[in-house]
Amino acid sequence: MARARVLIRPKEGILDPQGKAVERALPALGFEGIGHVRVGRMVELEAEDPERLGELCEKLLANPLIEDYEIERL
Amino acid sequence: MRWGVLQFPGSCDERDALHACSLLGEARLVWHEERDLEGIDAVVVPGGFSYGDYLRAGAIARFSPAMEAVAEHAAAGGPVLGICNGFQVLCEAGLLPGALLLNEDLRFHCRQLDLLPERGPTDRLTPSEVGQSISQSLSIPAKHGEGRFWAPDEVLDGLEARGQVAYRYAPGQNPNGSARDIAGVRNERGNVVGLMPHPEHAIDPLTGSTDGLRVFEAVAAAGVPA
Repeated sequence: MARARVLIRPKEGILDPQGKAVERALPALGFEGIGHVRVGRMVELEAEDPERLGELCEKLLANPLIEDYEIERL
Repeated sequence: MRWGVLQFPGSCDERDALHACSLLGEARLVWHEERDLEGIDAVVVPGGFSYGDYLRAGAIARFSPAMEAVAEHAAAGGPVLGICNGFQVLCEAGLLPGALLLNEDLRFHCRQLDLLPERGPTDRLTPSEVGQSISQSLSIPAKHGEGRFWAPDEVLDGLEARGQVAYRYAPGQNPNGSARDIAGVRNERGNVVGLMPHPEHAIDPLTGSTDGLRVFEAVAAAGVPA
């Protein structure tokens, strides 16, 4: 079994209100100078056939219309 | 007309949709594990939170056996109506263009609003009905947290050019930041329609509006007769 980590995030240019909300909250906590926050998801998995992970991302883990993904083999 | 209303684990508006359909013909529920739509003329994919909306709204429901049958039904020209979560499922399944994202203000909105229907390529209406359908807005409630319709600009241009925008929010009433005020779209052929607001909750004078029935009637008319 091969371990992998998939990072999924909203595509550039798509409004990410979760990222904006986090960004707006930061100054109140004393964190200044942080911008361009984007909130995505991370999926950890074990695969018998890691060659098929790309297909898995295209079909289920990400929606390629609105999200980019990266596969990281561990 | 015989209607089938899909039911996923996590659906919550299938009973109201079933009731709406039963006013227009026969209607039954179709459990998500059913692979056979035999005897069903029109399909409703209802609202709710199918499979808990895990991963993304509608992402897992699209792989259900019932959705495989719906894809075949749609390919054969059969009418399909997706409401709210059902709209999200149809987009995830690739039966409708675009995607539904978190509301721009991150709030769940629940309110009665006005929808402006737009004609599709296959609407079979008499000239007087056309006049009515364009001039009259529909008063229908919306309730969702992930209803911001989005597609790339060139896709939106194509949808507008081909008459694939089915419903828009009336000016100033867009609750979620949807691109170009789009509340609902149809496929190129016109037999698959999805919208975020809930026509099945607007079918009885008791709840203030019966305009929702016109959404069901329009979908039934847009399908290719069996």
